Amino acid sequence: MFGFIVNRLIATIPVLGMVAIFVFLMLRLTPGDPAAVLAGDNGTPQQIAEIREALGLNEPIPVQLGIWFSNLLQGDFGQSYFFKKDVTELILLRVGPTVALATTTLIITIIVAIPLGIIAAYLHGTWIDRGVMAFSVAGFSIPVFVLGYILVYLFALEIKLFPVQGYKPLADGFWPFIHHLVLPSITLSVIYIALIARITRASVLEILNEDYIRTAYAKGLKPTKVLMKHALRNAAVPIVTVIGIGIALLIGGVVVTESVFNIPGLGRLTVDAVLGRDYPTIQAVIIVFSFVYVLINLLIDLSYSLLDPRIRY
Amino acid sequence: MSDTQTAAPVLEITNLSVELPKGTDRRYAVDEVSITVAPHEIVCLVGESGSGKSVTAHSVMGLLPKGQLTPVAGTIRLHGEDLLTVSDDRLRELRGARMSMIFQEPMTALNPTMTCSDQIEEVLITHTDLGMTERRQRILDILELVHLPDPPRMAASYPHQLSGGQRKRIMIAMALVLEPSLLIADEPTTALDVTTQAQILKLIKEIQQTHDTGVLFITHDFGVVAEIADRVAVMQWGKIVEQGDAKTVLRNPQHAYTRMLIGAVPSFTPIDRPRDPKAAVVLKTLGLSKTYTGGTFLRRAAGVRAADDVNIEVRKGETLGIVGESGSGKSTVARCIARLIDPTSGAVLLDGDDIARAPSRQLRKLRRRVQIIFQDPYRSLNPRRPVGESIIEGPTNYGTSRADATERARQLMALVRLDPESLDRYPHQFSGGQRQRICIARALAMGPDLLIADEAVSALDVSVQAQVLDLLDDIRRRLDLAMLFITHDLRVAAQVCDTVAVMHRGKVVEYGPAHSVFADPQDDYTRSLFAAAPGRGFAFGAGALTASPDATA
Repeated sequence: MFGFIVNRLIATIPVLGMVAIFVFLMLRLTPGDPAAVLAGDNGTPQQIAEIREALGLNEPIPVQLGIWFSNLLQGDFGQSYFFKKDVTELILLRVGPTVALATTTLIITIIVAIPLGIIAAYLHGTWIDRGVMAFSVAGFSIPVFVLGYILVYLFALEIKLFPVQGYKPLADGFWPFIHHLVLPSITLSVIYIALIARITRASVLEILNEDYIRTAYAKGLKPTKVLMKHALRNAAVPIVTVIGIGIALLIGGVVVTESVFNIPGLGRLTVDAVLGRDYPTIQAVIIVFSFVYVLINLLIDLSYSLLDPRIRY
Repeated sequence: MSDTQTAAPVLEITNLSVELPKGTDRRYAVDEVSITVAPHEIVCLVGESGSGKSVTAHSVMGLLPKGQLTPVAGTIRLHGEDLLTVSDDRLRELRGARMSMIFQEPMTALNPTMTCSDQIEEVLITHTDLGMTERRQRILDILELVHLPDPPRMAASYPHQLSGGQRKRIMIAMALVLEPSLLIADEPTTALDVTTQAQILKLIKEIQQTHDTGVLFITHDFGVVAEIADRVAVMQWGKIVEQGDAKTVLRNPQHAYTRMLIGAVPSFTPIDRPRDPKAAVVLKTLGLSKTYTGGTFLRRAAGVRAADDVNIEVRKGETLGIVGESGSGKSTVARCIARLIDPTSGAVLLDGDDIARAPSRQLRKLRRRVQIIFQDPYRSLNPRRPVGESIIEGPTNYGTSRADATERARQLMALVRLDPESLDRYPHQFSGGQRQRICIARALAMGPDLLIADEAVSALDVSVQAQVLDLLDDIRRRLDLAMLFITHDLRVAAQVCDTVAVMHRGKVVEYGPAHSVFADPQDDYTRSLFAAAPGRGFAFGAGALTASPDATA
């Protein structure tokens, strides 16, 4: 088990290296010049050339890559062109709101989606099942930004139950913190509720046909007990897999949601950095995201062995 | 529990009818069935698949799938209480406590994510107020009672860490932990090896006698019936066609269906047909071995010798039976011979050509000369292609024109006694026995020299099994084929094989003409295998019904 974890962590190094090189080259190949953005609309060609020189953008690309990579190995992500700050500092500043948003989204998703899926599976073929499935299709089809604006219109502008946008850190108190997160979290969680409810239903439904479910009923257990104790645990592996993939996909959703609700997180930072052609920041954010992605995958794999005693590493 | 009125039945099923959903071939799955089980009694409910025996059992437990099967008439009384009219809560109280059930599949009937002790404990938590230490003690006691070695370790194990027989014992322990007065056993030994089966039958009998339990034992195997039943009820198409004392029914069956079932059980006495000593050797293996190595590339685990120095030969027009229990290596040998897997060492000579070492181009030519019929006729045909396509695919791959292959397929369908016009139908439109005939036709379409039947009749009902065996024998004779017949069933082996090889842990422990192996087994393992075969003391087969009443083997 320990050996497995170490192996997997070592295996992340080449993955992150490849991601780093790929992102670096892609950014250099995309049109747009950070120097031009920094110089502004009225920047003269001479100013732009000076900025390019100062940022080191005139060096040949392999040289730039070499400098960036050696800094990276020392844990230095470089200086943001746009925000004029250490990228590391910038990311640390922005990571809080994103983690908060992702966590609340995940909690809402799990407490809604899993019971919904179990109920649909148990009442398979009834109108409740069909209702859950219909919601699932709808939830899956509606784009995050459309849903976000609808919710803002209904609950922030019409009923005035929640703030339109913004973010309050936990340090300002628990209630303001949650109050500001409710709408963005719901917006972001709908698609995951749809996805995970569907997977839960499908995998519980499959388990309900297993022989040991019949054994459990033959023992005189109540249906709720059979569902929660026997069916759910056995159905858990695919559900957890999809939750894991969901967390990874959340990264994309966070970008849109943070923009709609004006939350100063990593998603917004990404958007701003891309618009400003802020190479060091984009590179750093993507490396952080891919590290999180790899880490989540490892956690999912480890959770399998907790859920199913037949799986051992 | 000790019942003072031994006469009062534990279970009394009266005129039970269970309706099938509309649009099925018959209206009732169970049609006016009446059965009683007294304490201390084992009643066997016998029938082939679709006879309604499992539906009857599930009706008692209240485990019928809702909306699909509904009891519409009759009563099921457990100690006088009608189970069809009690509330769901009461039914749950009775399940697991007063009546319990053992299911067929030891691999799937236990929850893979819970330890055995948790699964047994659940019964105690649901039905009793026992404290934790008392529960723990009860679990260890019951594991002891079902003769599991090292109860504390068994209790802490997960099902996948146990063997099939051990899982079955866990199932039985779970069913018996509260000493129910009724135990329903639904084909409890079907998926087990003969020696394990014999042990489990002995265990059920032993516990039933010490605990005054009434047992309703469902089976399709008359060998098992002869072994343990006090009384027998025979079911066909949802009705009980014959019921009575076990010995009477076995010795003197009245109903034609019962006679047919008993007659279809293969006899233990091997056929002894003349062999041509000059017949050409089609297949010969020399020191055939297959070792599976495990472990990672750093730590090499000890290899499993699935086949170890196997030397066998099959002559033209003869059938060699490879007999053994699961894990004995019999299927490994078959797969090596067909080169579905690569042998580790040794040679497989097919008319002098070595299959084991043939390079892939040459292997392609050799492949058509060895064909296999697999065990499960439900899964060995592609469900999305007409059966005709499955039959002609092989020959057309080897260059036969479509028209010729189709013509040949029509002839083969007639040979396996199916309608040649049904080539364009799909597998699901055929019964299990018919599908196995199609698989035989598919194998024959390649014009093989050697036909391997890997447990080809094990999944079939006895009456169908008899027909398919008859067909295989007929084909072997007509086409003068060499046949390798892999089976765990000694009775079947006795009926089809000229020579028999008994395998145990990868080795051939006994090899010789069938009549001498059956009459005078030399190896200890062979002897124990024969001794474990259920219904050994009863002469089955075509001669059974005319045999003298005191026939012993």
